[in-house]
Amino acid sequence: MALTRQQVEHIAELAKVGLSEEEIERFREQLSAILEYAAVLQRLDTETIPPTARVSDAANVMRPDIARPSLPVDQVLANAPARRDDSFCVPPVLEEPYEL
Amino acid sequence: MQLHELTIREAGQRLRRGEISSTELAAAMIDRIVAVDNDVRAYLTLTPDLAMEQARAADRRLAEARRSGDDALPPLLGIPLAIKDVLCTAGVPTTCGSRILEDFVPPYDATVVARLKDAGFVMLGKTNTDEFAMGSSTENSAFFTTHNPWDLSRVPGGSSGGSAAAVAAGEALGALGTDTGGSVRQPAALCGVVGLKPTYGRVSRYGLVAFASSLDQAGPLARTVADAALLLGAIAGHDPQDATSSPRPVPDYAAALGGDIKGLRVGVPREYFVPGMEPGVEAAVRQALADLEALGAVVEEVSLPHTEYALPVYYLIAPAEASANLARYDGVKYGYSAPAGELWEMYKRTRGQGFGAEVKRRIMLGTYALSAGYYDAYYLKAQKVRTLIRQDFERAFERVDVVVAPTSPTVAFPIGARADDPLQMYLSDVLTLSLNLAGLCGISVPCGFSNGLPVGMQVFGRPYDEATILRVAHAYEQATPWHTYKPGLG
Repeated sequence: MALTRQQVEHIAELAKVGLSEEEIERFREQLSAILEYAAVLQRLDTETIPPTARVSDAANVMRPDIARPSLPVDQVLANAPARRDDSFCVPPVLEEPYEL
Repeated sequence: MQLHELTIREAGQRLRRGEISSTELAAAMIDRIVAVDNDVRAYLTLTPDLAMEQARAADRRLAEARRSGDDALPPLLGIPLAIKDVLCTAGVPTTCGSRILEDFVPPYDATVVARLKDAGFVMLGKTNTDEFAMGSSTENSAFFTTHNPWDLSRVPGGSSGGSAAAVAAGEALGALGTDTGGSVRQPAALCGVVGLKPTYGRVSRYGLVAFASSLDQAGPLARTVADAALLLGAIAGHDPQDATSSPRPVPDYAAALGGDIKGLRVGVPREYFVPGMEPGVEAAVRQALADLEALGAVVEEVSLPHTEYALPVYYLIAPAEASANLARYDGVKYGYSAPAGELWEMYKRTRGQGFGAEVKRRIMLGTYALSAGYYDAYYLKAQKVRTLIRQDFERAFERVDVVVAPTSPTVAFPIGARADDPLQMYLSDVLTLSLNLAGLCGISVPCGFSNGLPVGMQVFGRPYDEATILRVAHAYEQATPWHTYKPGLG
């Protein structure tokens, strides 16, 4: 099935991936080809087949509810592109900038 | 024989007997890397100082053991190995072959790395990979393409192409890779080495940077089956940090080798000799089946009727899981961050600029397959067909002990040949994906050459039956000369 340009833009918006004009067109073509290929699955009648989400036989794995040490804050923040004190720094999320 | 040509087993024996030291061995490996890696380009990061420090510690331990007569030494003491750069290494950059993690230095070790440390290994460095392990050639690495040691104009396979090339070129005695859809076995085949994908749950995924969480599994690459068994024994087992890792006891894999395979039932799936398969690949695998028969195995044809659906199922499920896993790269916690005036814009710029084309393609594909209105038609449908693929194997394993097939439909292809056509590249994995979807274990072993390039044969086993696939692969290896051939590098 062929995707439209609007669909590609919508997917990119959902995935929060900024694309150039050229990428939008290239992905439109390539993703359409891949989805067309995947359409072969529609040939199979799977009405009564349960889905497989995972192949592990483990279920409801619990561990004792005991507090354990976490990574030190400095190590956690060591890779942060921007930090202030013990926090990650991000650009404004709300309309009005919020002064820390 | 030069030190870099030793198997892990041979090196271990010489170290224990005091014939060589670990520092000598590590220095020889570093010399070898310096001599050939400008051509092969297997490593993204080299850690020579760490290697020498670990080697000195190993030598101290060996000397002490000789004094005290202690022979209970850790199994990989003083052995130089390489680690695929999607496995976290504390204090050593872990890029996943991506610009978005170019400067990332993990604060902890992946459990498999921690276990190798407990086993006494010496880390030579981090090996190249397709970005986030998404690819079949290393051409999707954001940094450079690794070259196949057998023919430098060709790809080493992928995504663990750096690990496979390093082992083939004598730049490491063994390595760890990861296999989500064939990423250990396919490069092992294309580089003429052994590669094993453990059963999902056999090896901890903690610290393995997630791509597709229901499929990912770390596994060893080595020059012999015995070495692969040794590495698997070191990394396998339950880990409280990974709830999907199995509490089943880990058998002694090295002890499982050496038994004969008389009467063992080998299934040959007719669907795996696909149209377009290189004639030299088919011929090598057919000969290998005859060799297994000569060793006493009972070879019979089996059918895995849903094989043709594995590729579309995989390329819906793996991207869907990836689209969720890769949401964490947002420019806030670690990695590349693009400046922007507000948060949503920062996410989009960071991810648009930080990810390469294949990663973006898969995030987009996965997001689409999971999105409202398409979930049932794509993602749920793929999960249902995954059940059918699993059932094919369950039925086959009622009749046979292992399934044997080619690992890749072709030998290593020229760099650039498939780079512009994602579907063509995906076909490289057509024979390996089902194993991950079905949660089985598998090993690829060298089984000959086609046009001067290595061919690999895969042995698939039942879940948690690594011992049997190792036994079959070992019996075959010992009866054939392929593991003794080395590329004519430097």
